[in-house]
Amino acid sequence: MLSWYKDMLLIRRFEEKAGQLYGMGLIAGFCHLYIGQEAVVVGVQGALEEGDQVVTGYRDHGHMLATGMDPNGVMAELTGREGGYSRGKGGSMHMFSRDKNFFGGHGIVGAQVPIGTGLALSNKYKENGKISVTYFGDGAANQGQVYESFNMAKIWDLPVVYVIENNQYAMGTSVKRSSSETHLYKRGVSFNIPGEEVDGMDVVAVNEAAAKAAEHARSGNGPYILEMKTYRYRGHSMSDPAKYRTREEVDDIRSHSDPIEGAKKKILEAGYADEDALKKMDKEIKEIVSDSADFARESPEPNPDELYTDVLIEG
Amino acid sequence: MPIEVLMPALSPTMEEGTLAKWNVKPGDTVSSGDVIAEIETDKATMEVEAVEEGTVGKLLVEESTEGVKVNAVIALLLDEDEDESALDDYTPGEDKPEAQGAASSDESTDESESGSASQKESEKGGEASESSDHKQPERVRHAQPSASDPEIPEGTSMKETAVRDALRDAMAEEMRRDEAVFVMGEEVAEYQGAYKVTRELLQEFGDKRVIDTPITEHGFAGVGVGAAFGKLKPIVEFMTFNFAMQAIDQIINSAAKTLYMSGGQMGCPIVFRGPNGAASRVGAQHSQDYSSWYAHVPGLKVIAPYDAADAKGLLKAAIRDPNPVVFLEHELMYGETFDVPDMEDWVLPIGKAKVRRIGSDLTITAHSRMVGYALEAAETLSQEHGIEAEVIDLRTLRPLDTKTIVDSVKKTNRLVCAEEGWGQHGVGAEIAAVVTAEAFDYLDAPPARVHQADVPLPYAANLEKLSLPGVADIITAAKAVCYVD
Repeated sequence: MLSWYKDMLLIRRFEEKAGQLYGMGLIAGFCHLYIGQEAVVVGVQGALEEGDQVVTGYRDHGHMLATGMDPNGVMAELTGREGGYSRGKGGSMHMFSRDKNFFGGHGIVGAQVPIGTGLALSNKYKENGKISVTYFGDGAANQGQVYESFNMAKIWDLPVVYVIENNQYAMGTSVKRSSSETHLYKRGVSFNIPGEEVDGMDVVAVNEAAAKAAEHARSGNGPYILEMKTYRYRGHSMSDPAKYRTREEVDDIRSHSDPIEGAKKKILEAGYADEDALKKMDKEIKEIVSDSADFARESPEPNPDELYTDVLIEG
Repeated sequence: MPIEVLMPALSPTMEEGTLAKWNVKPGDTVSSGDVIAEIETDKATMEVEAVEEGTVGKLLVEESTEGVKVNAVIALLLDEDEDESALDDYTPGEDKPEAQGAASSDESTDESESGSASQKESEKGGEASESSDHKQPERVRHAQPSASDPEIPEGTSMKETAVRDALRDAMAEEMRRDEAVFVMGEEVAEYQGAYKVTRELLQEFGDKRVIDTPITEHGFAGVGVGAAFGKLKPIVEFMTFNFAMQAIDQIINSAAKTLYMSGGQMGCPIVFRGPNGAASRVGAQHSQDYSSWYAHVPGLKVIAPYDAADAKGLLKAAIRDPNPVVFLEHELMYGETFDVPDMEDWVLPIGKAKVRRIGSDLTITAHSRMVGYALEAAETLSQEHGIEAEVIDLRTLRPLDTKTIVDSVKKTNRLVCAEEGWGQHGVGAEIAAVVTAEAFDYLDAPPARVHQADVPLPYAANLEKLSLPGVADIITAAKAVCYVD
């Protein structure tokens, strides 16, 4: 529980810093923050085994930190520097780490779903006992390729867990306005894929559901869908003024359902740690994040020679 | 008059077939819908049903006869009120051109589906009208390997192979060699391939490695990309590249770009293959050349072979390549046969063009099916006008072998770029630009382009012929750049 708390706090502080750097002009382009949704990725990651793959869309900073990628490398990619995971050539939406089994970071809404399904196919083909966890949002849930993937995943009983991060808004369009069936966990029904709704603001509930889904997929029963009911506090991207919802709505969730505050309360109640210890932890995390920002600022821009590298694998 | 039973066309491109078996004999009564015979084409064995009622009078074609032309009369049925004496009165209808197919080789009828070029030639009355698309000139069948190709050891025998079988052999050999190679696509396994290119792969490799997908191009292209990220080596077959438009986001945004966007981490060793270009009388949505679409994209390799040896050697190379490769085949070439070196491991270099005909007066570039037209045009130019064309088969469109092209133009000083697709922003436009930039001072005439008419491909036979580029168009363009009337 403490380590989950720490992981969630790292994501929160990292994203706050990223937002700050964006405001300073150090991060450019699109930048989609994960603030509010931290319990989803941290709870799921806690249910995975070494070697399981993770793939997601463009709101990906949290996933990268949760899989153990180095905050320095992630932040330096956000600033487009040589020290970034893609050496500055990918940016916020396109980062990868083969070492940490993080397969991106995909900028086209829904494109990661067939890709995650294909990763699961490679696991089954190799009989390596690994599963693929494929994250997508409530917006991507309306893309056709998601259902093409569901169909194939079930036909072939591929070891994949689909995690729908339902943060209620596809950019500015609420689930109610975009989806004829708003219970997204039911979207697998016509493919015979079991699904369940999970309180995505509660890291413990997320972890328990993910453990069950992972076991289902790993033991050869095919795909499983988890709909995580969650919420993003910030706009869709940094340039989104979020006029489609009220300040009160955001404040209400923030004050009553915040995943980090919720975890903190449980930790204090159970006596896993006291206020002082948590404050100390927060301070350590702030230092990690501050260091990553320094690294991301100081790392040089990519050498102009990099322009023509990595287009094709030579030889 | 007895009722004529004609050899049926069983696919848009079928021109002849083998009458494998008769299921009826003279004297049998048949009703419409009864299976009367079995016909084999190079793709499949199919049953022939009677379309009219009657008594079988006479079987005109024996069992196991090969090369029976479509629309040839294969049997005669007697009407209710007729007896066998009617057979004696029967003479093949003179006013029925379709019935002549069996006896003559009238190309204008038999080639009507795919022979746009031969039609144009016969209108022109040129010598090339003797040859059809399906009879490749001798020098093509025995084309010499180019300098970039691996040496063929002395004593290596040549095996006459259809393009579809060469492609199949390439996949089978690579699947034997590397456990990570597998094939997925629509009808690739149990059906044995919509165009029989994956024939018998299921039997040899099983359903783990030969995977039938639902009709879901966008989805399975992405699944293939994911499997490639997972270190497998998928061969994704599109039933045709027309359907790959559903999947083009995954091909370009996921397969082609991810290596770059990941700073070199995410190699995607995948082959997207299938028939590309105009088929025959299937209309605009099923007849399109995507060469320039894919050749436009950095991060992809794009191959479009002409003959069986190149199809095999380049597909093997594509499967081994660590990058995403778009491999454009041509439906109308699948049944063509060419010599393939009977070697254990025939692999050709990607990115190398092949000079198919040496000439001094102009350079003609072409790829895929257009290479055959270019060679035919070159023969006519030589025989009728004394113009010697150098014909370059591009083979790979990305990376483009500009050196071979530019070197050739520096020698010949004239250029015609032929392609089946649309001209605007096309392969020929690119080649013309490269040559103009790199060999401007050598050019004695502006480069000319031969391409499809700037319209969606029409269905009507005459309009389709007018739309597609053929031998006559290449000849016209070649004469123009040589300033010959």
